[in-house]
Amino acid sequence: MNYVALKMLFGDRAKYLMLLCGLTFSVMLIVQQGSIFWGLMIWSQSSISNLNVPIWVTDPGIAQVDEVKPIAGTAVDRVRSVPGVEWAVPLFKGLLRARLSNGEYHQIVLAGLESSSLIGRPAEVLEGRFEDILQPDAVALDQWAVERMGGPDIIKVGTIFELNDKLARVVAIAKTQKSFTNIPVVYTTYERAIHYVPAERRTLSYVLAKGKDGIPIQEVTRRIHEQTGLGAFTAEEFGWKTIGWVLKNTGIGINFGTTILLGFIVGMAISGQTFYLFTVENLRQFGALKAMGASTFTLAKMILLQAFTVGLTGYGVGVGLATAFGYVTARGGSLPFIETWQLLLLVLMALLTICAFSALISIVKLAKLEPAIVFR
Amino acid sequence: MMDNHTQPAAVRARGIVKSFGTGDTQVTVLKGIDLDIYLGEMLLLVGESGGGKTTLLSTIAGILDIDGGDIDVLGVPLSGLSTGKRTTFRGQTMGFIYQQFNLLPTLTAAENVAVPLLIQKIGRAKALARAQVMLNRVGLSDRAEFLPKNLSGGQQQRVAIARALVNEPRLLICDEPTAALDGPNGQKIMELLREVGRSPERCVIVVTHDSRIFHFGDRMAKLTDGRIVSIEPIAREGIA
Repeated sequence: MNYVALKMLFGDRAKYLMLLCGLTFSVMLIVQQGSIFWGLMIWSQSSISNLNVPIWVTDPGIAQVDEVKPIAGTAVDRVRSVPGVEWAVPLFKGLLRARLSNGEYHQIVLAGLESSSLIGRPAEVLEGRFEDILQPDAVALDQWAVERMGGPDIIKVGTIFELNDKLARVVAIAKTQKSFTNIPVVYTTYERAIHYVPAERRTLSYVLAKGKDGIPIQEVTRRIHEQTGLGAFTAEEFGWKTIGWVLKNTGIGINFGTTILLGFIVGMAISGQTFYLFTVENLRQFGALKAMGASTFTLAKMILLQAFTVGLTGYGVGVGLATAFGYVTARGGSLPFIETWQLLLLVLMALLTICAFSALISIVKLAKLEPAIVFR
Repeated sequence: MMDNHTQPAAVRARGIVKSFGTGDTQVTVLKGIDLDIYLGEMLLLVGESGGGKTTLLSTIAGILDIDGGDIDVLGVPLSGLSTGKRTTFRGQTMGFIYQQFNLLPTLTAAENVAVPLLIQKIGRAKALARAQVMLNRVGLSDRAEFLPKNLSGGQQQRVAIARALVNEPRLLICDEPTAALDGPNGQKIMELLREVGRSPERCVIVVTHDSRIFHFGDRMAKLTDGRIVSIEPIAREGIA
């Protein structure tokens, strides 16, 4: 009877297309919004992922990576002295204004890396040599700085601008992941970063560290916290902490969640209603099948097959369209769009719920159907 | 003709009572029906509208529960079967022809005919081959791939007849099979029913109030107000 069920489904082309469109729209909306949401969450912690170090040490009360709470300069040595720590280096991170030669001002994030190792440097350099930041007045930019500060004609290797009235010369442009705030990042050495910013009692933003091989990272962070009193987080923990802060303080989760929920409800409403109509309009035929010996169980299997066939087709088309959207609009990392298998699995489960719900309404109707209807 | 009733009774109904509704709104539609229908005969159930013909047909088919009495079909007491077993029994032993044909609109004529076999879990290829044979018998071999909407009313009813007979049922139940057809087409359908539907191993029950087709039956049972008021053999003169 599977053949009959599928012929009934595909044969009523108008209803089939309506069902397919409803479910496709629903899936596309959920996947697209879910992917953008997750992309934004990943962006919110790009300050962590761009530096690619395993352990972050800072003030224990810190809420998220961009909320810098300066700590004492001695923290680096205290962390280094914790058993199990392989290395620890300082990181300066702060907001500053850059003044270009054309008089324009741009807010930038200044990242000061430890000069002997340059730990935390971006993995990929697009122009110049990152090591050249060791030269006098030298800085490196991320590629978003080029975009935000005037384009490649104004910002390139060799460009000179001012940071707090002090000279900064671009020696390299690095590729990084865009951040949530999209503020350009200027990389330099830790010492020169201190030189650029106005004098403060505490200048150390973070201590970046790594545990020795063979010691679990959680154990290392626990020891750092116990022995220094500082907050020590793995990059993953710090990332989730940052995501949690963004979700709690920006309302972004509610906004995206509402849209995703609407997609779910719209999908359920359209498919539920259309499927019910499909069943009601075929009630005499279903009654005839019952009279001819088809059990309610057989009819239920037919309905489920129809629901899941159109559902999985809609899922494929919806995911395909959302992926195409992401591919076209998010090329080069300009739009936060990260489609994960977890999201696709979640959407698949949501879709199966929609299909099961739609089928259930029809099955209840059919279960109550008296085959005697065919004689009326 | 089965007037002498030498064949065994395929349907044996005794004291059938069936009501609808409850309390003050309860209506008793069948008020103690006694009826035997024999293998090899075509019995017409006639009578005025609302007389209980279709209800009696539904109870014989086992798709309506009765409130009182007993019905044995092919020696099996229907009241002793669960709903599921009754459904299976129906699928294996009965064929149905409806007033409105009730063909699945998205299936071709051959596929529609194959449906009862598919319900019995017979493979699609085999079912379609048997459907094609049945379509040949009802004269629609060249319409096998047509959808119902592309067939005339008479042709649709022929498809329905083929569908009803494809699993070789021993009980063929026809509810107003000519009501949706014009006079000549109705005659042709009844001729076809007599030709391919009747068999010594099968009984055919036809509910109708179309007096133009009365002469196709072997016996005629008249229902009035929930009771059978007469059962009479039909004169066969001039009938092919």
